[in-house]
Amino acid sequence: MTGKILVNEQVVPNVHRLVLDAPMIARRAQPGQFIMIIPDAEGERVPFTLSDWDIEAGTITIYYQEAGVSTMKLTALKPGESVHVVVGPLGRPTKIEKHGTVLVGGGCYGLGAIYPLAKAFKEAGNKVIAMLEARTTYIVYNEERLSEVTDEIIVVTADGSRGVRGHIKDGMKVLSDRGEKIDHSHFVGCTFMMMLSAEATKPYGIPTIVSLNTLMVDGTGMCGVCRVLVDGNTKFACVDGPDFDGHMVNWDMVFARKRGYEGEENLAYQFHKCRVDGAISQNAKSQEAV
Amino acid sequence: MSKRRDGLTAKERMAIPRAKMPEQDAQARASNFEEVPLGLTPEQAMEESKRCLECRKQPCVHGCPVGVQIPEFLDLVGQGKFVEAARLIKETNILPAVTGRVCPQEDQCEGDCTLFKKYGGVSIGALERFVADYERNNSIVEIPPKPKPSGKKVAVIGSGPSGLTVAGDLILEGHEVTMFEALHEAGGVLVYGIPEFRLPKEIVKAEVNYLAKQGVDIQLHKVVGMSIAMNELLEEYDSVYIGVGAGLPTFMRIKGEELNGVFSANEYLTRANLMKGYLFPEYDSPLPPGKHTCVIGGGNVAMDAARVARRLGGESTIVYRRAREQLPARGEEVHHAEEEGIDFQLLTNPVRIIGQDGKVVGMECIRMELGEPDDSGRRRPIPIEGSNFEIECDQVVISIGAGPNPLLIQTMPDLEINRWGYIEVDKNNRTNIEKVWAGGDIVTGAATVILAMGAGRIAARSIQAYLTGQPQPGTEEQQEEAS
Ligand SMILES: Cc1cc2nc3c(=O)[nH]c(=O)nc-3n(C[C@H](O)[C@H](O)[C@H](O)COP(=O)(O)OP(=O)(O)OC[C@H]3O[C@@H](n4cnc5c(N)ncnc54)[C@H](O)[C@@H]3O)c2cc1C
Ligand code: FES
Repeated sequence: MTGKILVNEQVVPNVHRLVLDAPMIARRAQPGQFIMIIPDAEGERVPFTLSDWDIEAGTITIYYQEAGVSTMKLTALKPGESVHVVVGPLGRPTKIEKHGTVLVGGGCYGLGAIYPLAKAFKEAGNKVIAMLEARTTYIVYNEERLSEVTDEIIVVTADGSRGVRGHIKDGMKVLSDRGEKIDHSHFVGCTFMMMLSAEATKPYGIPTIVSLNTLMVDGTGMCGVCRVLVDGNTKFACVDGPDFDGHMVNWDMVFARKRGYEGEENLAYQFHKCRVDGAISQNAKSQEAV
Repeated sequence: MSKRRDGLTAKERMAIPRAKMPEQDAQARASNFEEVPLGLTPEQAMEESKRCLECRKQPCVHGCPVGVQIPEFLDLVGQGKFVEAARLIKETNILPAVTGRVCPQEDQCEGDCTLFKKYGGVSIGALERFVADYERNNSIVEIPPKPKPSGKKVAVIGSGPSGLTVAGDLILEGHEVTMFEALHEAGGVLVYGIPEFRLPKEIVKAEVNYLAKQGVDIQLHKVVGMSIAMNELLEEYDSVYIGVGAGLPTFMRIKGEELNGVFSANEYLTRANLMKGYLFPEYDSPLPPGKHTCVIGGGNVAMDAARVARRLGGESTIVYRRAREQLPARGEEVHHAEEEGIDFQLLTNPVRIIGQDGKVVGMECIRMELGEPDDSGRRRPIPIEGSNFEIECDQVVISIGAGPNPLLIQTMPDLEINRWGYIEVDKNNRTNIEKVWAGGDIVTGAATVILAMGAGRIAARSIQAYLTGQPQPGTEEQQEEAS
């Protein structure tokens, strides 16, 4: 049944891998696209990047971090149970072309999400270098899978516990020092990581695509909550993106809009936590209303 | 029409005072989401229906975009035959419980009623609503017997009023009908746009269930163009109807629109209605109450947004650049909004939205005055220089109209569209592509529920003719055959 959970496991601390039964979505999925999930009947519509799919098995894979009420609800679901709704694929697919050497960089959920990109760039005849950014060595994941579709993997850790110490920009320096010419780059991860990565490629003049993960409601271009400014023009991340030129994105606006519901998000998280812990009964609201 | 049984004279009919629909108290309702008008009692309905003068020319029927047989249904109401009345309406209008609530009757049937000017038109909308509710609430909605299967397959894209009409009409003809809807609930604007207090979602659910029970296969969360390609539909189905609405929000291109606290009306209303944001945190999608919400625009959508904001507990203001008489919203909605304490800043236009730390803190506006008539025949508002002033507010909802969503259309390069991006159709709502019809807001631009249903009806007739090898309605061939 569509939406049935096949795998829901923590791969490294606070990064989870979710495999869902969704043959219709798997059949149409392309690199760079996303899906939206409504965890349960009271849930919101939350976007996640399609990180793998299997047309024959009819399954799709996403990676997520527990960061709010929706992802907290997801972590509680067990194989055999179902999410309330899954819809997709949405968004424009990534433009896959032969550039020469392509750098795909990922952070947090992006370590999972860059797999289809790396694979597609590789299949298009590029030399593909994957750069995996993590705070520390034990939260690096998905290396084995990525190694099947890349020519090289560079690990960058903030604490220097493995690979290059620092961030994408330090990894870039290593590449440049050894004379590696990068023709194209694509980054997926948290907003901060994508912004810093776009800044890092700029001095080298490397064309840079980022997959923005704005707030979304419908994911079909109907509400405009996902609007971003790119080169001075308003774009909807869900239908015009999620891929945009990282050097043209107005990052201040992306950050400000992401924080739009911080207070409410916290409240929802606390509310749900209390409910799970039994502090609020299921019909607290209706009792209040009486 | 057979002679009325009550034997009242025209004079006696005119002497009956127009029924007043009971309403929820304005104070109380400004803080809940329950329906505002409470509906007529059976006695009131019977009495009101007797006001109909049975004019020979039936101006009311001509005023109805789908030609509901109004005098006949009023006669049935007068006899207490409420269920029969509901069924009669449904022959031309499959959603009477909806249209009875949201149609602009004052501009249509009731506005054309002979009694309109002097006594107020017969309350056709209220009676339509009454009989439909009566039928539904007494669980006497009958599922029609299954027609003989035709072996033909029809795909309907979009589950708004136009899609629902096409599906409802064609399932009765024995075709296999599949309706694709992008969102996770069926009903289009009826579920994501129009708020609960104007159109309870239970009613839309009941109508959608009625179609499902008749065998319409409702495929939710399938975005045609993304989840399924148009080409696949064209291969699998004998006809395709596009009723995807006009769901693209328009922004104003003024400074500060990127700020947090600025919403398109679509976002604001979708959060409130579809995602049940007013029940946050019981439901997860937040719709934070503003201290003061300014809604820019003067249509029904703007009234809906302003009234939602009021119900969430804050102050609410409509900012509209023209004068009161020019407000495009229905009189009833403006009246309700005023009663609920919504402030109207008319002849006022926003210049920029003012922000602090990424959040809205106010809006700079300019006063307007009316100049010469423009293309639409309305006097053009012109800014009064130097009249700028600031309104303190923490939310701004932009409700200045909607456009066609290109998501599906851009996957159909051969489809003929006009310069605004709406689909071109002939008088049978056929597009230039074989097997493809379109109707509702995606053809006309944002219009009304009843017009969307009317378009659906026309398309359904044309599809039926196409699938059964009959000549197209309105063609010479067809007229010859009919005569
Ligand atoms: C807030 C608001 C208040 C209104 N108030 C009134 C009123 O009081 N009276 C009145 O008569 N009219 C009113 N209207 C206008 C009226 O609702 C519309 O004219 C009418 O709903 C149009 O019907 P439709 O079937 O063309 O499209 P819609 O109702 O817009 O339905 C289109 C459906 O298609 C779906 N869709 C879009 N793209 C795809 C795709 N690619 N694949 C699958 N599905 C897709 C959408 O999700 C949507 O559900 C109001 C509109 C709004 C927004
Ligand atoms: S999420 Fe609503 S328009 Fe993009």
